[in-house]
Amino acid sequence: MPKYAMVIDQRRCVACMACVVACKNENDVPPEQYRTRVLEMVEGEFPLLRMELRSELCNHCDNPPCVYNCPTGASYKQKENGIVLLRKNRCVGCKACVAACPYNARYINHEKGFADKCTFCDHRLKEGKEPACVATCIGKSRIFGDLDDPKSPVRIALQGADSTVLLEGAGTRPRVYYIKKFSKPE
Amino acid sequence: MKLSRRSFLKTSGVATAGLAAVSGGPEKFLLWAEDAGLIKPTFVPTFCEICFWKCGAIAKVLNGRVVKLDGNPAHGNSRGKLCARGNGGIGLLYDKDRLKTPLINVGKRGEGKYRAASWDEALGVVAEKMKGIKQQYGPESMAIFTHGTPTDHFLPLLSAYGTPNVGMPSFAQCRGPRDVGYELTFGEGPGSPERVDLINSKVMVLIGSHLGENMHNSQVQDFAEAIGRGSKLIVVDPRYSIAAGKAQQWLPIRPATDVALLLAWINIIITEGMYDRAYLDQFAEGFSDLAQAVSSYTPQWAEKETDIPAAQIIETARMMGKNAPAVTIHPGRHATWYGDDVQRSRALAILTALLGSWGRSGGMFLATKGSLPKGESKPFPEPGKAPLNGGGYPFAGAEGVTQAIRTATITGSPYPIKGWFVSGTNLMKSLPNQKETLEAINKLDLLVVVDVMPMDLTMMADVILPECTYLERHDALAIGKGKSLSVSIRQPVIKPLYESKPGWWIAKELAKRLDLADYFPWNSYEEKLQKQCRTAGISYDDLKTLGCLTIPDTATPYITPENQPTFKTASGKIQLYSKELQEKGFDPVPIYVRHPLPPEGFFRLTYGRSAVHTFSRTTNNPALFELYKENEVWINAKKAQTLGFKSGEYVVLINQDGATSGRIKVKATQRIREDMVYMVHGWGSTGKELSRSGGRGGDDQGLITKYAVDPIAGSTGMRVNFVKLQKEA
Repeated sequence: MPKYAMVIDQRRCVACMACVVACKNENDVPPEQYRTRVLEMVEGEFPLLRMELRSELCNHCDNPPCVYNCPTGASYKQKENGIVLLRKNRCVGCKACVAACPYNARYINHEKGFADKCTFCDHRLKEGKEPACVATCIGKSRIFGDLDDPKSPVRIALQGADSTVLLEGAGTRPRVYYIKKFSKPE
Repeated sequence: MKLSRRSFLKTSGVATAGLAAVSGGPEKFLLWAEDAGLIKPTFVPTFCEICFWKCGAIAKVLNGRVVKLDGNPAHGNSRGKLCARGNGGIGLLYDKDRLKTPLINVGKRGEGKYRAASWDEALGVVAEKMKGIKQQYGPESMAIFTHGTPTDHFLPLLSAYGTPNVGMPSFAQCRGPRDVGYELTFGEGPGSPERVDLINSKVMVLIGSHLGENMHNSQVQDFAEAIGRGSKLIVVDPRYSIAAGKAQQWLPIRPATDVALLLAWINIIITEGMYDRAYLDQFAEGFSDLAQAVSSYTPQWAEKETDIPAAQIIETARMMGKNAPAVTIHPGRHATWYGDDVQRSRALAILTALLGSWGRSGGMFLATKGSLPKGESKPFPEPGKAPLNGGGYPFAGAEGVTQAIRTATITGSPYPIKGWFVSGTNLMKSLPNQKETLEAINKLDLLVVVDVMPMDLTMMADVILPECTYLERHDALAIGKGKSLSVSIRQPVIKPLYESKPGWWIAKELAKRLDLADYFPWNSYEEKLQKQCRTAGISYDDLKTLGCLTIPDTATPYITPENQPTFKTASGKIQLYSKELQEKGFDPVPIYVRHPLPPEGFFRLTYGRSAVHTFSRTTNNPALFELYKENEVWINAKKAQTLGFKSGEYVVLINQDGATSGRIKVKATQRIREDMVYMVHGWGSTGKELSRSGGRGGDDQGLITKYAVDPIAGSTGMRVNFVKLQKEA
């Protein structure tokens, strides 16, 4: 049973947004809605500045508040690989999950009425492909694989790296890891 | 289409009844139908035209509709990945604002009153007017402005017609001075894609190149990979670009002083003995003249000019010296800045040579020596009059000096230009000083534009010929000259939508009506490509299936005893000191010329790229517009505060000549110097035909009324305008 996870190596990200467009095409995400985004953040004062580029998406938490807060049982964590998914036919669009997610990863699909989010492209995984955002990532900043497999790209990327997760204190136990190293003001 | 959840469930219930209900349905049901196993996708390889990088792409087609574009893993420029724009190519294909039928102007020029016409009528009108111009003034009085793959169809057409007057903005408004600077030094340009060996570099130096925002697929892949591998990055940019955010050394230089920095670096490399003596002895000439010429350019002097501390200038020079030759001095791409751009490019080339980086791993690699036999075609007629597209500039390239044609159109001298044939370029956005462009257009008997979208210039044409998008057509083979020689095919993924037609068809049909059919001796473009492949010994079927073929054993990237470089300069050596320039009365070694600085209350206007757009051509693309809906004017936060401007508010920009922009949003940021403003190029289209981007953002080109012409190449420096911000009235 694979334990799927993503690593975002922020050092390699160039904020080109290829992931965002690829994701939208792959998953037929409606206009003005997103399953993933890239934030461009700069702090400091000219000329002593530093920049962080951060891709965000569903964290596929091991302790997922969206699943616990779903009143209809539509949201669930897939047992065999840990991907957090949604049974569309059970969703009533109540937005409980949207509110519960501390990562702002969900939205109500305004064309179809149900909650929607990143699936790690589970339909592509079944065909042996990587998620669309990973496949097109220009900087190889997005890395995907099985945390239980020592040879997987995610394990290799995390080895010896100083990685973090978003909002660790929230106790959600995310499966998206970040390797961030700021460029230092000189 | 908006669907409530309930109606969605109902509709999908119907759809499960079978494929019949699905086949006519919108896109979202196609994906579902694929999931349900009702329809199978097909995959067609081609190459992208959202920019000019020509990345191999594979289109996924479901039931006749393109639903996804992926990078072709077999293609060197994409390596299985597409950028946001490449991914967003579908947005262009299905943009409802596309040109759908030929259009004939029925109002005054520029008024935008058109009626739909048949192809036969529209082509007939164009042919008749072109014949008239030929008869009355001679064929040289027709000019062609072109960019990208349409060039492969329309340049031969106009050459067959008999005019030598071609103008490509890619020369005089972009790469021209850079290519000339490198040609004068090494005997050849840095190539496109540039032959930068970033991936093996230990140090990368970007001067005004904002890789990342400048999204050139494979090059940015290499850039990110190099960063990942620990290559050190020096970024010279007055703006804290994405690339600057990754740099160990960011040099926020005073705009227009780059040559001072480069000459100081060259001087340090020489005086501290960090140059590659053996390399220069073998391959270069003019070292002692160079050393003498730059000796006064000390770091302390450069500090005063550039606003970069002398210590940092020395430190960065040493970073390069210590890591040579694995240092990539990026040649840049859009190089038309201040009018001394050939000389600045020369300085970059000289620095590259001193470090011994040309032809070395981690520097600039050598072009493949492989080539493909050219297809034979009927020789074009010899023009009766000398071309005027060189503008009298001694080193103007074969791509022509666009604004020289424009000037001749206005003045009628040395002979009149009466017709413009335009394909693949929106001249209102690519040429500086729009007034001159309008003045020239008003002198024309014929303005014909081939385009996919109703861009600014397009909507001024007498006749508009709607080309189909790159996903609907064949084009010429793309011959890639990276490390290896490669060949890629552009082929239709779906049939052309509406009445749009491929460029090759338009050219061939026009040729028939101009009695030039002999120059297009094939029935379909595919037939032409097949023949070309046979001549070259390439399997057309393989190419069609794989999209790209890399020709084996054609890579010779680095200098070795067996692989000696050839320099196609006059002396066969690298020209540190250019006798060619000297003979024409120019400085043989670049010198520093101080450019005017913005007067009190004004900011220098600079411009650049967004990673999700290509010039003006993608602004209306729904998939890309969504991510970046208008440009902003970047202004230093402190300065903005002093002047009372806040982020998000709209202002108008006014330049030194009183030219004003449309309303543009303020971005007050720490990421820029106080003496300049910055905006993404290509916005502020006025046409209502662009339903999304029309009227949005500010047009940098509208503010570039002044331009500094490079006397060597004729290119137009466009960073010489000063603007101030004014509250919206």
